[in-house]
Amino acid sequence: MSDARDTPGPLPTPEPWVHADAKPFWDATAEGRLCLPRCTDCGAVIWYPRGFCPTCSSFAVEWFDAPGTGEVYSFSIPRRGQGAYRDAAPYVVAYVELDLPDGIGGDGPGPRVMTNLVDCDPWSVSVGDRVRAVFHPTERGVALVRFRPA
Amino acid sequence: MTGTIRGAAHIAGAFEHPLRTIPDRTTPQIHAEVAVGALADAGLSMRDVDAYFCAGDAPGFGPLSMAEYLGLDRLAYVDSTEIGGSSYVAHVGHAAAAIAAGKCHVALITLAGKPRTGGSGPGGSGRVGDSPEFSFEVPFGTSVLSNYALAATRHMHEFGTTSAQLAEIKVAASTHAQHNPHAFLRDVVTVDEVLESPLVCDPLHRLDSCVITDGGGALVVVSPEVARTLDRPGPVVLGHGEAPKHTGNGRIDLTHTGAVWSGPRAFDEAGVTPADIDYASIYDSFTITVLQTIEDLGFCAKGEGGRFVADGGLQAPHGRLPFNTDGGGLCNNHPTNRGGITKVIEAVRQLRGEAHPAVQVPDCDIALAHGTGGSLGTRHGSATLILGREA
Repeated sequence: MSDARDTPGPLPTPEPWVHADAKPFWDATAEGRLCLPRCTDCGAVIWYPRGFCPTCSSFAVEWFDAPGTGEVYSFSIPRRGQGAYRDAAPYVVAYVELDLPDGIGGDGPGPRVMTNLVDCDPWSVSVGDRVRAVFHPTERGVALVRFRPA
Repeated sequence: MTGTIRGAAHIAGAFEHPLRTIPDRTTPQIHAEVAVGALADAGLSMRDVDAYFCAGDAPGFGPLSMAEYLGLDRLAYVDSTEIGGSSYVAHVGHAAAAIAAGKCHVALITLAGKPRTGGSGPGGSGRVGDSPEFSFEVPFGTSVLSNYALAATRHMHEFGTTSAQLAEIKVAASTHAQHNPHAFLRDVVTVDEVLESPLVCDPLHRLDSCVITDGGGALVVVSPEVARTLDRPGPVVLGHGEAPKHTGNGRIDLTHTGAVWSGPRAFDEAGVTPADIDYASIYDSFTITVLQTIEDLGFCAKGEGGRFVADGGLQAPHGRLPFNTDGGGLCNNHPTNRGGITKVIEAVRQLRGEAHPAVQVPDCDIALAHGTGGSLGTRHGSATLILGREA
């Protein structure tokens, strides 16, 4: 528990489970790219990454690079972390609504992805803030996609 | 659509374990204690049970392990629907449907666990690591708390809801809990005390959060034929609805819960409207859970929840919507981190006229119990149950 409003240090990078049907996403993170799946049958952008389209039930999935920008949809600030985050609090957990390339995803908003906001004062964050992806490598050579002020 | 469970079953027995720390009993023993308690309340015994319902808190092989432990050897129907803390509200609806279909006559539902004094948490934790969504959430240090806080932040952003309004929910719960000798927290708190309690995950404070308690509860749901043989038939099931809500392919809207779907299903089946509800048990894992659920069930318009709960709106017996008169999960009990069964139990007390006199709603004819299991910020189960006073 901390009430000090100091800027958090570097966050831990716990290993994700890399399931086979999400491997292209994780492989791209190692190269600093935000690569998302979309359905080749109905065109829906799929989140979280998987080898199945929850919109039209197709298994035909292709991958594209997103620009890595977006805006804060919501956020919260844990004052006490668990596990790998035991000494990391306070930090920012957020949903970021991703921007999509022109011509992908129709006119709808991009997916809202769970992430952390970093390189900022947690108490300066607002819903709607513009943010940009950063890639924090894990020991096994993939990266967690976090966001910093754009 | 032809079927309905309206009038198809009664809740003949209800029992809440009186303790909040239970170091000297095992989890199966607590299941057994509450089962015996609810059956005694109904005037029935273990030998009368022909259907058994449990969820993720049941150890081992769930209903198989527990049926063996409890000595249930006449079961014709089992259901281990696992949707977190909402499971036990859904179980009542499932039991009524099974009874209506003639599959069984006496259904026992149990919950038990001891997160305060040891033993594992509720089920599912061992399976989380290989769930497909895990890697896109948990490596960011998410928790149940952070997931509910995300919903609170967005609701505040869209509708101007304030921490002081959320605090009113805790104040109402504590006002009720002072009358419950078994409540884990019995002190009445003020809005200022909630706001001055430590922030555990902004924007939620410690006193926006439910208690962590050992304990359990059980319900006995019976057919009208069985109910007629008992000293008292118990409240009648009028309607039930349930719905899971999830992230919806990355398009989650954090300002509503699955109650927007489960609520209308229950009201339609019961043939009543929110204005007909005399008492409501609303799942209260956190204050924001209550605020969003009240809106979603139609007690007020979306975004108006903050104003609805202010000025004693939830306080029994004369508030706009008397709620959680046992003190709820916020003050009384959240056994094994799952509050659905205690929501039904307090609704039964109100309909029997057996709530504490200070919080008993006069002429309580129709009550609602709502469960929310999982996280508002990601995925959860919603279950709504509407009960009527026994004729």
